[in-house]
Amino acid sequence: MSTTTRPREDVVQTSSSPPRPAGSPPTREGGRLRPATGRAIGVGVVGLWLSLIVLLPLAALTVRSLDEGLAGFWDAVTAPVALAAIGTTLVVSAVVALLNAVMGTLVAWVLVRDEFPGKRWVNALIDLPFALPTIVASIVLLALYGPSSPVGLQLNATRLGLVVALAFVTLPFVVRSVQPVLLELDREVEEAAASLGASNGATFRRVVLPTLAPAVISGTGLAFARAVGEYGSVVLIGGNIPRETQVVSQYIQQQIEIDRPVNAAAVSVALLGISFLTLFLLRLWGSRAQRREERSS
Amino acid sequence: MITVSSARKNYGDFVALDDVSLTIPSGSLTALLGPSGSGKSTLLRAIAGLEGIDSGVVSIAGVDVTREPPQRRGIGFVFQHYAAFKHMTVRDNVAFGLTIRKRPKAEVRRKVDELLEIVGLDGFQHRYPSQLSGGQRQRMALARALAVDPRVLLLDEPFGALDAKVRAELRHWLRRLHDEVHVTTVLVTHDQEEALDVADRIAVLNRGRIEQVGDPVSLYEKPANEFVMSFLGSVARLGGQLVRPHDIVLERDRLAALAADARTPASPGVVTATVERVVRLGFEVRVELKADSGERFAAQVTRAEADRRRFQPGETVHARADRPADATEAEPALAI
Repeated sequence: MSTTTRPREDVVQTSSSPPRPAGSPPTREGGRLRPATGRAIGVGVVGLWLSLIVLLPLAALTVRSLDEGLAGFWDAVTAPVALAAIGTTLVVSAVVALLNAVMGTLVAWVLVRDEFPGKRWVNALIDLPFALPTIVASIVLLALYGPSSPVGLQLNATRLGLVVALAFVTLPFVVRSVQPVLLELDREVEEAAASLGASNGATFRRVVLPTLAPAVISGTGLAFARAVGEYGSVVLIGGNIPRETQVVSQYIQQQIEIDRPVNAAAVSVALLGISFLTLFLLRLWGSRAQRREERSS
Repeated sequence: MITVSSARKNYGDFVALDDVSLTIPSGSLTALLGPSGSGKSTLLRAIAGLEGIDSGVVSIAGVDVTREPPQRRGIGFVFQHYAAFKHMTVRDNVAFGLTIRKRPKAEVRRKVDELLEIVGLDGFQHRYPSQLSGGQRQRMALARALAVDPRVLLLDEPFGALDAKVRAELRHWLRRLHDEVHVTTVLVTHDQEEALDVADRIAVLNRGRIEQVGDPVSLYEKPANEFVMSFLGSVARLGGQLVRPHDIVLERDRLAALAADARTPASPGVVTATVERVVRLGFEVRVELKADSGERFAAQVTRAEADRRRFQPGETVHARADRPADATEAEPALAI
């Protein structure tokens, strides 16, 4: 790297130009930048940014969680209320993720394959949970399913209430990941299956679903991760009842409020580990399905 | 045998099939030939049941299948873009129809091995479609369609996505396969050369109607109308009539041309023209001409003929048409 002494403007220029300016080398005098330089700077900037925003805070959190030693960490994570909160979160999130896998695929299917009036509106509506502050979701759901429910359904402070709230905020993940794949799906493949005698159900199961699988899996993984970490949408309708409807994010908040930051950090790290492992496994599974399809000569 | 009677199909204002009736004999290889939008693919898909018809009857082997879904028509269908099941190996692709029918494993294995050998893909069982060339994918698709022992094999522009050389090879291969397997086959194509080469019967379609049905020779020699004539080979317009470029005779001597023309019944007459360009296309030589009336046309002659006559750009010649029947001199010819 002979470029370390280069004037600063050059560096700035390089990092903002594409990594391999093959056809058009920079014309600045003495500015013969090798493509490797640009790439190195790109990687450096990304590394720095990720460190500042993600890795350092996580490291700090991990260190904090071990302030009272490994035993303190273990005690914090295995406290009955903490375990209950983690359990509730994982179970509810898993249910929501599965619900999303099925319903999200169905919604994507209808949006891609069927024509009906107002389809564009429905399509736009899907993104609404992304745009709304999640606390609004909580208020909305409370208005409909709360103690003074106009439809007589009382979901306040129940696990079902948690599921409904989380399903609301995670709706777009599977829909938006499956939709583009469905759009590109070759209709002739389904016709071929039909001509070979496959019923619609068999065609879907054996031909369509395997093609959609990677997208469904990745969307489901994202929905799960989001559900595990969700706070705003469950804060009102969830009820925050320890060992019943309290989710991990609420437990952490509570620990901070009663001045037990180490407990909060320890549970956070446990949650982090679980989320990371889940995403990693799902990604592995999804990419294997995809590789099988794309394995090229 | 496939029978289509009075089939009609509209897409909104567009008439895809306009009262089409066609009989396809058992064991034949019939080509549906026509330009795009002529309704040939719609007709094929109507036979397959992939497309419904507004009115009319489709029957296969004497059974009315007009209301039957494709699953129950006993067909094999091959698509232009292969429609391979990308997540399955070649073996699983070919076995698909048999597994759906829940045939015993041993039978499936035997049948698939046999078909892979017929289509020349033995040794490729464990590959995925993405690891095959276009020609191999299409042969896999053919094996897949044949695996279910279809009563009719329907091919929708099967070689359309392949390059010219592979296309010609697969065409000959299909012909040999058909001679071995004898399954009633219908092939959709817009390529007249392909139809003439591979089919034993051709139905020419235009604007949703069947213009003519017949064997390749009679269609080429005795086209029912100008559309069929111009679609089944190149044509030149000589004195207001359509003639094959290889039927045009070029004479330097006007009197000789007139005398020969007088002996040709229903001839378009003698047209005096100037040679503009002489193009050598391998065995054939195309002589591009401009008639005194300003109309341009081309004559096709053999290389030997061209070497002997040495037409030069700028010279004046007299063109006349010879009917194939009296083309005993085995000489002149032309092309557009």
